[in-house]
This record gives sequence, structure tokens and C-alpha cells, in this order.
Amino acid sequence: MRPRALIRGFGSYVPARVVTNAEIGGRVGCEAEWIQSVSGIVERRFAEPDESVAAMGAAAARNCLDRCGATASDIGLILFATGTSESRFPSPGSEAARLLGLTGIPVIDLSMASAGSLFALALAVDLAATYQEVLIVAAEKMSSVVFEKALDRNTAILFGDGAGAALISMRQGNALLAGSVLHSDGCFAGDLRLGRAGPLEMNGPVVILQSSRKIPTAIREVLEKTKLSACTVDWFLMHQANRNLIVRVAQALGVTAERFYCNIQHYGNTSSASMLIAAAEWSTSERFQAGRSVVFAGFGAGFHWGAVVATGVA
Amino acid sequence: MQLLLDPMTERETKIKAVVKGVSLLSGADPSCEVLLFDSGIVDSFGLADLVTALEQEFQVKIPESDLYPGNFASIQVIDTYLEKIEASGG
Repeated sequence: MRPRALIRGFGSYVPARVVTNAEIGGRVGCEAEWIQSVSGIVERRFAEPDESVAAMGAAAARNCLDRCGATASDIGLILFATGTSESRFPSPGSEAARLLGLTGIPVIDLSMASAGSLFALALAVDLAATYQEVLIVAAEKMSSVVFEKALDRNTAILFGDGAGAALISMRQGNALLAGSVLHSDGCFAGDLRLGRAGPLEMNGPVVILQSSRKIPTAIREVLEKTKLSACTVDWFLMHQANRNLIVRVAQALGVTAERFYCNIQHYGNTSSASMLIAAAEWSTSERFQAGRSVVFAGFGAGFHWGAVVATGVA
Repeated sequence: MQLLLDPMTERETKIKAVVKGVSLLSGADPSCEVLLFDSGIVDSFGLADLVTALEQEFQVKIPESDLYPGNFASIQVIDTYLEKIEASGG
């Protein structure tokens, strides 16, 4: 029987420094308007050189706990997703826990890049049955990898830094995690990768062709599993990879793009953090409605992709 | 000496119409051989739109395993690919 795991809430953190398209365009040799037209991005945030992935993650976690009315001592397990860890090991999860004042609870790092938070959300359902309160944190310092080596215009324009968090609980919450589907396919491992020495390499046409098909297919799959249809879903909270991709996923599902919450214009693609930053921002103006559903979806290097359904509870 | 180009087949003509429908360039008039992505006639998202439009026009389902830009490089390549798909009952 599927554990009755609930979403208590979300949180986020983005660095203070705003980087405009004009600044990025000046560095990579393109027009600000072109960046916006191919991505929907207007600006993004960059962390300071001494601001770590763990510190950003801890800041998002604190914001999440505050918004949920929870304390760090409530947490039984942390799932920490990132693709931009400063070291091969340790991954930043245990350091983020230490910054939260937690030095004994287990932490699992998910080194998955963009799909990390979606996978964590799906995995948290079963893990919550054991650990009661599971804190998901996703943090990325993409500026450290896209600007570290020779600049590729097509990747440098896309990415930003930030962190998101979600608290999953067996005790209380606003939405039941009702179903999930997860997929991985290593056939495309070479089409989106960050090697040990960098730089980030992305075969854009393959990534877009595959993601524009795989994301809607995963969403249809999880909706079928939970006996729902796309037209009955209130909101879609998706990895903020590219505004043009979000629009095409909406078209493929036959729903209006307005039901896909989008904040990529402000933060760019923050990889694994983007879905939870979007969820945190979404939850400041919207909320789960009893009996109504929200679909989360993600896609990233690997390729890894999937979708999760959450249904509001009274 | 006059160089005569082979006229487009009916399917190639249909493919060309689909390509023009998703093209970034309003006046695009690609020959069968021109490379659609490299020449800027379609961009990455245009490729995704092209696949969807081809499926609708030719009533076929293109499997995810075939979603590589190389299968949609030119009208000629698309024609060969669709012939294969149709022959396999796709």
C-alpha cells in the first residue's frame, strides 16, 4: 500500500546578484532580445564566489521550514539534489545539514542535475514512511560551471543559481503525493553532460527533441496511473528549462500554457532547483485545493525524467 | 547546357510544405538537399515542431528512439525516413 505522504510546503533561496541578458550577451556576444526569444529568460541570479551550494541549499531549507511552521529538529531525513557540487565527495548534503544544526540525521545526495528534485519528490513518499518528515533540498551554482571554461553561447545564456526546498510529511500537509513515474535512459548520456574537467556540453537539438516528447508522455502516464486527465489538473509545476519547451509540453497535452507556472524569466534555468523555486513562488499566490491536482514534471541529464501528481487535501 | 533538377515527388512536396510551416524564415524555399538546421531554416524548437507536424500530416507515430536531428536533416532525408516508417506500418 502506498504511504500517505503529504506536502507540507516549499521554500526557496536565490542569490542577490541579478544578471541581465545585456550582461550575459556582452560576455558571449549576442543580443539581449535574442536570449529572451530563444529561452524566455530576462534575467538570472548568480551566487558570490564564496557562496557554496550547501549554503544556498540551507537557506532554502530554512525558508521552507519557516513557511511550514516547522523546525530543523522535526526532520528525519534530507534528500539533497545537485549537479554542481564543489567536490566529488563529500556531496553538499551533509554540510547543508550541519548548517541547519543537524549532525545526526541521515542525508542522501542525489547527483542527478535537473531531474534531481523530481526524483527526490517521488522517492520521498516511501522514505517518509520510515523517517516521518523528509526535507528535499535542491541547490545549484550553475554559474560556476558555465563560466568556468570556454564559453558556449547556447549554454551560458540559459543558467542561473539558486535553491529550492520541500517538506514531505506523514503527519500533516496540504497535498497528498498520489502517484509518480520515473524513467532513465543512458542512450543519451553524451548529449547533456558535465565532465570532471568541464565544460558543460549540451546537444540542444537532441535535448529538445527528446524532452518535448518524454515530458508530456510521462505526464500522461502518471495521470493515467492516478485516473486523472490533463484537463482536470489545476497547475503544472515543471522544471524551468526553457519557456519555449514549457509551451510545447502544454501544447502536446492540449492545455493552455497559462496552467504551467513559469518563473524562468526571473531566474533562468537553475537545474534541479528550478522546480522547487517555482513551487515556492507558486505557493505564495496559489495553494493546493482540496480534491484538485497539481502535476510536477522534470527532465535532465542522463537522461532522467518523470512526473508526480499531488492532490490537495481538506 | 541546362541543368535539370529532378522534380519533387508528391511526398517531398508535402514535406516541404510542412517545413515551410514551421520555419523561422518566412521566405524559406528549401531544396530537397538543403540542411534545414544548419541553414537556419529550423532551430531546435522548430525541429520539435517539425516532428509533430510530420506526424499529423502523414498520420504516423515517430518513436522516441528515432528522435534524432539526423533523421530530419533535409527534405530528402525526411522522405527516406518516412518511407521506412510507412513501410514498417508506423
